Amino acid sequence: MKFTTLVASAALALGLAGGALADDPTKVGFVYVGPVGDGGWTYEHDQGRQAVEAEFGDAVETVFVENVAEGPDAERVMTQMALDGADLIFTTSFGFMDPTINVAAKFPNVKFEHATGYKRADNVSTYSARFYEGRAVQGHIAGKMTESNIIGYIASFPIPEVIRGINSAYLHASKVNPDVEFKIIWVYTWFDPAKEADAAKALIDQGADVVLQHTDSTAPQAAAQEAGNVMTFGQASDMAQYAPYPRVSSIIDNWAPYYVERTRAVMEGTWESVDTWDGIPTGMVEIGEITDAVPAEVKAEAEAMIEAMRTGEYHPFTGPINKQDGSAWLAEGEVADDGTLAGMNFYIEGVDGDIPQ
Amino acid sequence: MDLSSINPILLIAAMIAAATPILLAAIGELVVERAGVLNLGVEGMMITGAVCGFIIAVNTGSPTVGFIAAAIGGAVLSLLFAFLTQVALANQVASGLALTLFGLGLSSLMGQSYVGIKPPRAEATPLGPLADIPVIGPIVFGHDLMVYLGLGIVAGTWAVLKFTRMGLVLRAVGENHDAAHALGYKVKRIRTLAILFGGACAGLGGAYISLIRVPQWTEGMTAGVGWIALALVVFASWKPWRVLLGAYLFGGITQLQLNLQGAGVAIPVEYLAMSPYIVTIIVLVILSADKSRAPGSLGRTFHASG
Repeated sequence: MKFTTLVASAALALGLAGGALADDPTKVGFVYVGPVGDGGWTYEHDQGRQAVEAEFGDAVETVFVENVAEGPDAERVMTQMALDGADLIFTTSFGFMDPTINVAAKFPNVKFEHATGYKRADNVSTYSARFYEGRAVQGHIAGKMTESNIIGYIASFPIPEVIRGINSAYLHASKVNPDVEFKIIWVYTWFDPAKEADAAKALIDQGADVVLQHTDSTAPQAAAQEAGNVMTFGQASDMAQYAPYPRVSSIIDNWAPYYVERTRAVMEGTWESVDTWDGIPTGMVEIGEITDAVPAEVKAEAEAMIEAMRTGEYHPFTGPINKQDGSAWLAEGEVADDGTLAGMNFYIEGVDGDIPQ
Repeated sequence: MDLSSINPILLIAAMIAAATPILLAAIGELVVERAGVLNLGVEGMMITGAVCGFIIAVNTGSPTVGFIAAAIGGAVLSLLFAFLTQVALANQVASGLALTLFGLGLSSLMGQSYVGIKPPRAEATPLGPLADIPVIGPIVFGHDLMVYLGLGIVAGTWAVLKFTRMGLVLRAVGENHDAAHALGYKVKRIRTLAILFGGACAGLGGAYISLIRVPQWTEGMTAGVGWIALALVVFASWKPWRVLLGAYLFGGITQLQLNLQGAGVAIPVEYLAMSPYIVTIIVLVILSADKSRAPGSLGRTFHASG
């Protein structure tokens, strides 16, 4: 008697499970390199994830794994997500590139989206933002505002995205202030608050009064605040808690519209492998409020530059620009092509030091 | 290259600040391991200490109270480990890893409303005229209390382990828990106290990061320091002064390489970035050529009937 009840209820449960499978919500996975509370890069990706949930409600189910190391761990996490039935997986750090390609090859029916990389497949799209447009604005403000003429730069890894940022910032800082010098520290991490703070302090100790960061946490902002007379910019997220000073402006990555659009494409079956690289014009890159710590005249110039980039009138890499060794890169009026920018592995003229190989 | 842009006094102060969290966590773990317990939860206890210290310091306005809270927070979390391994006789490695994961999760939960808040500033220890001595003053006497406390804990640990009966008993428990038990020592009680001490030290180390070195609260902000502290204990052959040397070498070279990069020294950045690990390992491996070995009962579960 008992046994039959058990069988009956098991059958019932199976039936219910089968029914639930039929209108299964679209499952979207996110793989993050840092914690969602980093206040920077990963925080903004998670805002995008929440926007997807808000847009589609019960029709989607999102999952995320934070603090995933760039390496074999990433592959394990992605494989697990795919096995758990994810239909679409966003992998949100450059170092997830090869793991994404590897796992995607094993799960041809799952769609993958890799941020900031350059390897694609039939089921792998790439997407990135033109952060260098924001760096141009930062460089302009930094060049105008620095008094020591030393600008510190906390760089993460020597990849094209980071090098583009350094070049763009230097180009626009030296344009308004030919005496400006960049001190660059490579910390080889995206997220390590203590190390980021140490790097910021080392730069400040060496005379930098502006610190730019290409790492994900707000630690450099705290170090600048502690020092008192050092200016910073929010990176990846607004970091408004450090406004109006030291944080005088910021680059904000707004992934939400892209994530919503790509999730919709999967739901409607129109998803295709694409390469997206958007910037200020589409709103994927936003410039956070320029605070009153910046003189009105500098602020107006910066806003004019933002507007010119929005309308497509101005490209941050417009010649004449030479490479670091003095050889010509772009002629007068020539604009950098996306291919060179995407693989940028050289400094422009005037930047000191070597790029780690 | 412009080495003159490096201010040696500021550099040394930064080196000490970088070394202190590792030192505190490592000296605590050293005592735990000398008692025969392997607690891999250092990272979890550090981050819990970091968030407890931060919350209390912000709410009371006193960094000192914050540090006390951090020590208590780390110790309370380690009590969980003590319960699992000493009472429930669970596997130490698994329990330690679980403690790290639990600590990371718990701290991000606790710290949610503290992101972006500035903690009260810890003042330099008032050592009066000593701090005014040129050069030596700011290098030796210009630090916050925790730096001196860290050094004091190392000296104290060394003295207790080497010269006191308490230290002898602790080492006996770590070397051979069955023999110590046969002699009538309370193995579990001694180990639990050692675990609590380790937790408190790790908590202090974590709070040093959130209250002084960074200073702010960010999820996961210890970013692996606990694991470095664990490795350091092994490389230091379970000897307090070597832990001190290792922590200062590691913290110091980490700072030095950042400064050298900023000054544009012509050494490839990759070598600079790996130098703290390489130098610390080489120095401590050379030192440990003297047949030092791990405590005999390290990592083994003790059961009185066994």
